[in-house]
This record gives sequence, C-alpha cells and structure tokens, in this order.
Amino acid sequence: MADLGSIAAKIRSKNAGPFWLTIDIFCGDSAAFSRISAGLDSARVAALYGADPATLRRFDIADLNVVKFSLPRPAIQGTRADRDMHGAAWACLLEELAIA
Amino acid sequence: MTRILVPSGALGLGFDRTALARGVAGRPDLIAIDGGSTDSGPSYLGRGASKYSRAATRAEWRELMMARAEAGVPLVIGTAGTCGADAAVDWLYDITAELADELGQRLRVTRLYSGQNPTEIAEALSQGRLAALPGAPAIDAETLHACTNIVALAGAEQIAAALATGADIIIAGRTTDTAIIAALPLMRGDNPGAAWHGAKVGECGALATTNPASGSIQIDFDKTGFTLAPMGMGACATPYTVSAHMLYENTDPFILFEPGGYLDVRGARYRALDQARVRVEGSLWVPGPYTVKLEGARIAGHQCVSLTLLRDRRYVANARAWAEDIAARVGATVQQRLGLGPAEATIEMRLIGIDATLGPIERRAETLPVEVGVLAVVTAPTEAAATEIAKMLNPLLLHHALSQDEPMPTFAFPFSPAEMPRGPLYEFCLHHVLALDDPMAAFRLLTDEVGHG
Repeated sequence: MADLGSIAAKIRSKNAGPFWLTIDIFCGDSAAFSRISAGLDSARVAALYGADPATLRRFDIADLNVVKFSLPRPAIQGTRADRDMHGAAWACLLEELAIA
Repeated sequence: MTRILVPSGALGLGFDRTALARGVAGRPDLIAIDGGSTDSGPSYLGRGASKYSRAATRAEWRELMMARAEAGVPLVIGTAGTCGADAAVDWLYDITAELADELGQRLRVTRLYSGQNPTEIAEALSQGRLAALPGAPAIDAETLHACTNIVALAGAEQIAAALATGADIIIAGRTTDTAIIAALPLMRGDNPGAAWHGAKVGECGALATTNPASGSIQIDFDKTGFTLAPMGMGACATPYTVSAHMLYENTDPFILFEPGGYLDVRGARYRALDQARVRVEGSLWVPGPYTVKLEGARIAGHQCVSLTLLRDRRYVANARAWAEDIAARVGATVQQRLGLGPAEATIEMRLIGIDATLGPIERRAETLPVEVGVLAVVTAPTEAAATEIAKMLNPLLLHHALSQDEPMPTFAFPFSPAEMPRGPLYEFCLHHVLALDDPMAAFRLLTDEVGHG
C-alpha cells in the first residue's frame, strides 16, 4: 500500500464552473498509470468526497497517463457552505489515499 | 489561414513583453484576450465588478492597445471586467476611452452586452426555453428576479457580429472563453473543429506550454487543423502539453459544449512540428440546437467575520468544544434579542489548523497544532444583524473559559475592531441554457468612436 500522492507525479483539483469539481491525477508514466487505474476504486473516491457514486464521472486516459474524476461540487462555489473558492484543496484527500 | 495572437490567459495576469512583441511581429489577423471567468466566485457577477485593480488593468490594456495599433488588427476582449456584466463592460470602455486620448489613437470601439433582463428570462422559463444543466439548482421566477445580474455566454456568432461593425476594439461582456478566438477562423471558413479546439487550447495563453508564465501564444487555423506556437523564449508546446490542456477546468476532457453545438476531440491527432510547435488535426465540430448558457448571482445574506487565535495548549486541545459552546450560547442570545432563529442567522466556527479547509470530509486528525485560528463566520439577513451577532460573539471569544473553576482566560485578537463586515454574500443560482432562434436575440451591440489622432 502507498499514498496516491507518492505514486502520481501530480494531483490537482479545480472548479469546472461553479457547480462541478474536476480532479486530474497525472500519473507520470505508464507503470504508475496502470497501477493507479487498476487500484483506485471509483466508489472509494466518491466516498472520500461524500458524493453520490452515480454522479461521479471517471476518465482513464492511457495516452496521457491521466486518471480524471469529475463530480458535482461538494458545496456550490461561493455559497455559505463553500470553504474553497477555487476547489484547490480537494486534491489533498486523494493524495493521502492509500492504494495497493 | 487565420492567425490569432493570444497575449495571455487573462487581462490582469501579466505577460512577457518580448513574447508579445514577437507575436505582433508575426502579423496576426486578430488579438484576443480573456477578461474573466466564474472562477473567483459569485461576488464579481453579483456586483458587476472586476477582480483586478483598475490601475493594473489599465496598464496592461494600454500595452495591448499599443500592440493593436502596431498590428493594425482588431483587439477583442471577452468577459470584460471578470464577470462580463454590462457595468463591467462599461468600466473597461471608460478605461479604453481614457487611453485612446492619452495614446492619441482614434478608434472605433464596439461593446457587446451580455446582460439579461430577469423579466425576459422568467418569460423564457415559463415558455420552456430554459433547460437545466447537470448539477443545476432548482429555479423559479422569484430566483430570477432576485438576481442582481444575469448574463448569457456569447459564442462565435455574437463576436462575428461585433467584428462586422468594423471595430478596432471589441469589449465583450460574458462570452465563452473560446468564442473570441474561434470567431474569426469560423467566419473565414477554417475547419470548425480546429477553430474550437485551437481556441480551447489557446484561451489560457501559454498555460498549454512548458512555460505558462510567458503568456503569449500564436494559433494558426486553416482548412484541416491548427498549429500552436508559443511566443515566449524557451516556451515549448508539445503534443502532451497541448492534449493535456483539454483536462483543465473541464468535466469532460473530450467534449466541450458551445453555443450551437459541441466540440469532440476524441479523434484529434497531435504532432510535434519542431521543438516548440504542435500541429493538431482531426477535431470534430458537431452542430446542434442553438442555446446559450446563463449565469446569475443573487444575494444570499450578509456576512461579518472575526478571527481569534488560540495559543494556550489546553485551549488548542479543546478548540472544537470551546468554539461550539460559544456558538450555541450566542445562538440562543440571538434568538432572544434579535428574534432570529438558526434558519435565518448562522454562526459557523471554522478551526484553522484543524479542518477549516475541508470541514466534515477532513480525514486527518494528528498531533495538536501549535495554535488554532477560530474564524467565526456570521451570516444574517442584513449587514446590521450580521455585525450585531459578531459583536455578541466578541466577549466570549475574548474570555470564555472551558470550565467554571479557572481564572478568566484571554485570547489573542489580531485586529481592532475584531469584527470585519464582509458585505453581501452572493451565490450563483443559474446553471441553465437558453434556447435562441436568433443568436443576437439576447445580446446588444453599441459602437462608438473614441479618442483622437
């Protein structure tokens, strides 16, 4: 087991408009891509963000060695409940997630 | 072939002057720059105001107006003044008129307004011409009338109409990020898939290269594809940086919806022409019904915040219980003295150093931090009520003890007054598209002559 952040080259999260969040895992090379793509369960990712798994979109892009997730923002951007205007810090949760 | 120069990802971000000069020397057909996005939150649209300082905007716009004069081609800005509301368009227009006088330029300036009348949008809602996008909040006529600003995102058709006025400078309200770049290639019959794809890759300036800070890039569009060339010395576009840019701020890295259709890049082929330039072919434009996206912001309350610093080890260890106890006590007082219940006025205590960033989904709980910042966030129906409540918090934040049998503690306030009114809290309340028979039906053009020369 290892933290995703120590396997991937870079993980970033960002708004995709005010209502969606998108998280890009740049795996760095094809070995890391294969490991992450196979070892990262979408249901775990949804649970991490308290999201309904049915709303989570996932893209495994071998050409770029990228695994991408998009989900409705845990809180709509800028509402009272939102703590992170640009959606910048949500990537940290994935960086700290251990996978096989 | 159509050559578009993009000086940087947005006006206000700065650019490398040498790179811009190199771009101008390349004889572009048009200079296009983005002026905003929703990314900094709903307050800018709510107020119709720019995020960047007027002086900084003026200084950068001055350089772009000089570059435009040298190139002798139109300069187009989209989403002027961060939000693209009518007031923000006029704000940049005033700056433009000042600069035209100062620079001795005589210019034809066209403003493209994207602001919408709530009554007309409510009518469109009742006629079934509004459709919710995934994740949209529920809306009714009341929601629309509560908006302080509603804008529609213009596409290539509206930019084309603005170009047809013969303008030297186009100051556009809210547009899609891509429309200002894609419009001219589309007007000239270049490949539509390439026009939108190249525009998407180019809209953030040099972000799709190995040196994002260099700003300027040049995109050549033709009948079969587009070629991206960074203008900064040492900046390189590679098949990787260009194809990976579709990931950025997009929920779907292969499909991009625009007014009148969508871009599909699943068949795109990326090829390095040399060390710095990339050629892309095979992107597809799929026409569809003509719709424009709407954005709206309304006031959702008024806020007042305060910050208290806990450094005492015992209080750091018990910060949550301490803060929640204060919130509960003051909540009861607010109910008694102001008649506002928890649904009308809220007191949130965010613990900086513990979980202020992620809140309930934070997973880490480690050894205690050195200190904890207690950010008290009060939200109430009026600014006066929010400030009153924050003042009610004040004595407890200063002296509240964890137990009754201890000497009165005092905590660190970094400011006097401790309370900081934040003004209105705005929220985005539209994530919908509006169907249009005529692309210009929801937009207005205004052309003026400014300056002298």
